Amino acid sequence: MVRDYIRQRFFPHIWCAGCGHGTVMSGIIRAVERLGLKKNEIVMVSGIGCSSRMSGYLDFHTMHTIHGRAIAFATGVKMGRPDLRVIVPMGDGDALAIGGNHLIHAARRNLDLTAIIMNNSIYGMTGGQFSPMTPFGEKGTTAPLGNIDHAFDIVELAKAAGASFVARTTTYHVQEIAAFIAKGIQHQGFSVIEVMSQCPTYYGRKNKLGSAVDMLQGYRAGTAPVGSKKAAETPGIVQRGIFVEEKRPEYSGEYRNLVYNCRRTSESGEK
Amino acid sequence: MEEDIRFIQGNEAVALGALYAGLGFYAGYPITPSTEVAEILAERLPKQGATFVQMEDEISSMCAIIGASLTGLKVMTATSGPGFSLMQEAIGYAVMAEVPSVVVNMQRGGPSTGLPTSIAQGDVMQARWGTHGDHSIIALTASTLQEAFEMTVQGFNLAETYRTPVVLLFDEVLAHMREKVTIPPPGELEVVERLRTSVPKGTNYHPYLTREDGRLPMSDFGGRHRYNVTGLVHDMWGFPSTDSKVAYDLLHHLVDKLENRADAMAHYKEYYLVDAENLLIAYGSPARSALHLVEERRKRGEKIGLLELQSLWPFPRRTVRKKCEGRRHVLVVEMNRGQIYQEVVKTVANPEKVYLSNRFDGTFISPRDIMQTLNVIEGRGV
Repeated sequence: MVRDYIRQRFFPHIWCAGCGHGTVMSGIIRAVERLGLKKNEIVMVSGIGCSSRMSGYLDFHTMHTIHGRAIAFATGVKMGRPDLRVIVPMGDGDALAIGGNHLIHAARRNLDLTAIIMNNSIYGMTGGQFSPMTPFGEKGTTAPLGNIDHAFDIVELAKAAGASFVARTTTYHVQEIAAFIAKGIQHQGFSVIEVMSQCPTYYGRKNKLGSAVDMLQGYRAGTAPVGSKKAAETPGIVQRGIFVEEKRPEYSGEYRNLVYNCRRTSESGEK
Repeated sequence: MEEDIRFIQGNEAVALGALYAGLGFYAGYPITPSTEVAEILAERLPKQGATFVQMEDEISSMCAIIGASLTGLKVMTATSGPGFSLMQEAIGYAVMAEVPSVVVNMQRGGPSTGLPTSIAQGDVMQARWGTHGDHSIIALTASTLQEAFEMTVQGFNLAETYRTPVVLLFDEVLAHMREKVTIPPPGELEVVERLRTSVPKGTNYHPYLTREDGRLPMSDFGGRHRYNVTGLVHDMWGFPSTDSKVAYDLLHHLVDKLENRADAMAHYKEYYLVDAENLLIAYGSPARSALHLVEERRKRGEKIGLLELQSLWPFPRRTVRKKCEGRRHVLVVEMNRGQIYQEVVKTVANPEKVYLSNRFDGTFISPRDIMQTLNVIEGRGV
């Protein structure tokens, strides 16, 4: 069944052994299947990076664009064809460094895109440089002595910018990935789903986090459902779950209303 | 039917030309001297059920129109120098992925913020080579608002025909000037519609397989064919490839589809060329000063003519070479440090006969400015 959604001609994929991005892709497929969506009604728009290669692997209408601008291209697609579902897989560097401006503005407009941010805390494709999601003090190839930048909190950023659906999970919590993405796709408005995704090749190795399995266990131990006892009692723990789910006017719908209203006005002869 | 005659601004002529051509989607960011294009379309497009989006910057504006183009719409953005610089990476994507798109650049003084409310033509080479990598591109210009309207329609036609970004390289004087424009009735000017694939559902559609006539039929996102679009070197399926043969063929295709037709698709105007001993070459608003001078000197019996280029890229090399043959002097008139002058020098049989009359100080080049250069060349003193 998964094969129905995959372009086998593209394989083998580029992801390293132990990479978390395949788990996220699987979650997207399961979400789409669960919602019973037709492949023809989905457009996947990605930027540049390891995670962004996903668009090629999936049998939707797909656009693999330029670094950081996936949301900007997706804005054109969605406003051109508001009836289509537009899914935007991104990495943390893609979405939050070079593409940070587009992310917050799409959130502000509340355009109905599903932004899936695969956060592996590193630039993988270029070989392990620190990203805006690399925690303070951690290492990357461009932070060999320890990172003195502070990381964003994607959930807080998305909330503040106006995203009307915000969720976070990890590649350990595979059921949550599919569930949150399905909710995000169904949500009428800008959805941000952060999936913490392990990069054993660079981030794990640079910071001595062990194998992919070790990193996954780290996600299990280091996160807790939002509102849980563990979350309340453990300082510094990363919370998972749905943080925002609100019904707010959606941008392409607002534009449709604008078109309807000005046409009605001109038809009735008013100026 | 009564003629639709209007007294309008250049930016409005361009906006109306785009609407005439069937503009379905505009995304842009405010910048002098092109802002009125967005202001006019923000009012007009919703009334037609078409889409206007003001984006957060010029980068996203260019990206958004590319995305919208793939859903099957005719698309445009408008900007000036600084914004045009920001668009360059995405313009390269449109070149590589062969996405029809129109970019208006109302040129102002540069570099950097430069002279925001003054004319320059300093972006001629940026239009040609602004994005990285070997490629070709189409750039058109005009000197009157009537022709700006027509070139805008033509820009859409070429973008759709050749699946390429087209730069409408106008200037601040044209943008802000007001003059009479006759809006042609629908059907009078040719409007090229996008060529869509006839490949039926269930049959393999190759988005990047060139037909015998060199064209690539498209399929809209949301339509019956699902395919991949990428800025990577790709094969006929749109799949990334690092194969040397695939890369070689693709680069050839992207460049040849335009450069091989440079003269055939060229737009230009000739004034008094038949017996002209001295030839002026000009484009954009400065061509108005050049034409004024030519007509003044003709009254005095001087054998002087004007070649006004409307197609700048791909550069119509054979045409320019032929028109320059046998002239005593060729004087290129432009508002930069010689960007088209260099092309003419490269092109003609006698480069030593080619001179430059220019201004790049924000003051519009006058017939007197050109006359002074001509006097020096002719040994008449200033």
